[in-house]
Order: sequence, then C-alpha cells, then structure tokens
Amino acid sequence: MTPASATHVLDAQRLAARRGYATLFTGVTFRVQDGEALFVSGPNGSGKTTLLRMTAGLTAPAEGELRWQGDAVRPFDARLREVVAFNGHLPALKDELTPEENLAAWIALDDATARDDAIAEALDAVALARQRQLPVRVLSQGQRRRIGLARLRLVRRPLWILDEPLTALDAQGIEALGALLDAHLAAGGLCIAASHQPLPAARERTRTLSLVPAAA
Amino acid sequence: MSVNDRSDADAAILPAVGWALARDIRVALRSKAELGVQLLFYVIVVSLFPLATSPSREVLSTLGPGVLWTTALLASLLSLSRLFAGDFHDGTLEQIALSPRPLAALVSGKIVAHWLTTGLPVALLAPLLGAQYALDGTVLGTLMVSLLLGTPILSLLGAVGAALTLGTRGGGSLLALLVLPLYAPVLIFGAGAVDAVRAGLSAAPHLSLLGAGLLLALVAAPLAVSAAVRIALD
Repeated sequence: MTPASATHVLDAQRLAARRGYATLFTGVTFRVQDGEALFVSGPNGSGKTTLLRMTAGLTAPAEGELRWQGDAVRPFDARLREVVAFNGHLPALKDELTPEENLAAWIALDDATARDDAIAEALDAVALARQRQLPVRVLSQGQRRRIGLARLRLVRRPLWILDEPLTALDAQGIEALGALLDAHLAAGGLCIAASHQPLPAARERTRTLSLVPAAA
Repeated sequence: MSVNDRSDADAAILPAVGWALARDIRVALRSKAELGVQLLFYVIVVSLFPLATSPSREVLSTLGPGVLWTTALLASLLSLSRLFAGDFHDGTLEQIALSPRPLAALVSGKIVAHWLTTGLPVALLAPLLGAQYALDGTVLGTLMVSLLLGTPILSLLGAVGAALTLGTRGGGSLLALLVLPLYAPVLIFGAGAVDAVRAGLSAAPHLSLLGAGLLLALVAAPLAVSAAVRIALD
C-alpha cells in the first residue's frame, strides 16, 4: 500500500508525439523516481496533455518508449494500470451521484477496501464535508476538481499524473493540493504534472520539463 | 495485447462486471425520465401501426410480429448512444480503461445494465402490446421468449457500434448505419420464430439459432468493445 515499500522508476526515452501531420514534440527524455515530481510546462498546444496521456498509458507514443521499473510498457499495460492515478481535464464524476457515491465507486473499482469514514475524511480535507450528500450536478467546477483531489488521496497509487491540477481551484483548494502533493512525495510517491502556474508544493523535489513546440 | 490479455484473465471478472452493472443501474435509476422516454417510444410506435393500416384481424396478425420486432430494434438503437457517450465525455471511460480490472468485464457490466434497462422492459411489454395485433396466447408467449433471447444480442452488437463511433462527429446517425445491418439476422430469426408458431410449426429452430447467436455475441462483443474503447481514448 505505501509507495515507500518499493522503489519506483518511470523512464521516458525519446518520446515523440504527432497529431495528424503536426509534430507536437520529439526527443522527450526524462526519469522520475521515488519522491520526485516532474513539472511539465510549455505554451498552449505544445503537447503537455499528450505527454501526460502517454505516460498514463492512454496514448501510444509515435516514437520512443516508456519504461516502468525498467520494463518497456505499452498503452493500457497491466503493470502501469496497477500504479497510475490519472487526473485529466475530465472529472470522471457522475452528475446523478453524490460526491460520496462517486468516490465509493472509484474505491470499489480499485479493490481498496476503504472504511466509510475514510471517504468522509477525504472530503473533509478538501472542504466538501457539507456537500457530500448533494448530487454532483449542483457542484461548481472547483468543487468537482476537489473531489478529484479526494480521489487521489483515497486510491493510493504511487504514480500521479495530473493535468492542469490548479484549474478552477481557489486559494484554499490550491493549498489543499499542495498539502496532498507534499504528503504524497514525502511518502515516496511520484508525480508528473502539467500546469501554467508553478506547483504549490515541494519545489526542491520538483524538476521542470519545458516543452518547446517542435519546428514544423 | 498478449501481455494485457494474460493479466486480464488472471484478474477477477465477475466483481468487475458487478461493479459496472451496479454503477450504471444506479445512475439509470436517478435519471428515470430517460428510461421512460425509450419505453414510451416503443409503446407509441407499436400502437401507431394498427391506426395507420387496417383494423382487420388478418392484416394485423400478419404484421404484428414484424412490427413488434422492428420497433424493439429501433428502441434499442435509440438508447445505444447513451451506453458509452456519457462516460466518454465525463472521463469515466478513461478511468475505467486505466483501472487494473479487466476492461472487457467492465464493459460487459455496462452492456448488461443497458439490456436490463431497455431490452428487458421491451420484452416484458411485448405481450401486452401484441394484444393490439390480434395475436393469441401461444404466439404472444413465443414473441416474448424470442425478444428475451434476441434483445441481449441487440445490446451486445449495438455496444460494439456505440464504442466504434465514440468521438466521431455525427456519431448517432453513423451508429444507426453501422448497427442496423448487424441487427438484421436477429430480426429475421426473432420474427421468424413468431411466424413459425402462427403457421403451426415449431419455433425451436429459430429460438435455438437466436440462443447460439447470443452465446457467440456474449463471448465476442465485450472483447471487440474493449478494443474499440481503447482506440477511442487514444
């Protein structure tokens, strides 16, 4: 359960992405291991989301390869699916269900037998204790993002991949994200995040990867 | 694929089916209006034919099985767009595909939920609606049995089409073009079973073929759907 019990290494070797005929980036190489965060920056359309989807195992790289613990992994590889927690642009919440029910469903999918109070606790940590019985339909964008943060905390995965985690979050939400990230990295977790603003956490353990648009 | 398939087989399948089934049923029960619309569509379309054609028992009982089966096809088609599109647009599908559980099992659960909320009510309503077509008890019974066997095939085949058209523009009409031809054999054997009974023959050959088709679709469709979902997410 604790990421610290094993050493984790994610290697990206000369990754390249193409969308249609356009080359987004080529030759992206990085390595992230226990307790480290990689901050991906770059202008709009430089391929940040594509790079993150590649590392999550959703998209196949046009060139290069991704290695988890030294083994090459392809999209939807079972080894990667065991460890990755992906928070993308989409909240993956059902409008008809309450935050509590949404989180309970994700935990159940993960086989993690979380106690009931763990969900309440996680929602409390992102200041959603009062909204936990409301349907997600009535919640704001920022509140939906906060449920995503609560999910990260509940499904304990060593590799976090966060796409624009600061979007729609207020100062208090950003603070909650910072605390969550700090705890994750301190416990030996890995994180790859893309954002236009600096991450609110663990600057000394964070390296920056700047994506520059590839020459056409 | 080989690596994925091996570990997929190792993982527990039934809990994954149950998870997706329970989740989709719960969501469906919270949006009952949508379910009602599809059933009402079925009821109304079936009831329009006797108004538009002749009231003679002879004509109606000839038309009946075909109308009920064709309308069941359309009702299933109408609800297909709901099967994956919502999950695709809110990111649920992404998370399901990234979970360690076998994707084929998770989509199977969704397909079962689709059948329980659309195909099953259609099959159960059929004898009631069939009464408008001057069909007698045995014929109505056969109609229901053929729909009970056939509508799951519609859900399974339709799921393949729904997954293949994810993220395409004009997916709805494309889906109809893709799926309706695949539905044709189900329609032929389904309506054929009812016609056989009306002609005083046994429905067993038709029903056996429907059952065989169901087993085949049950094995093949979830695998095709999970491959299509992964392509859609790329």
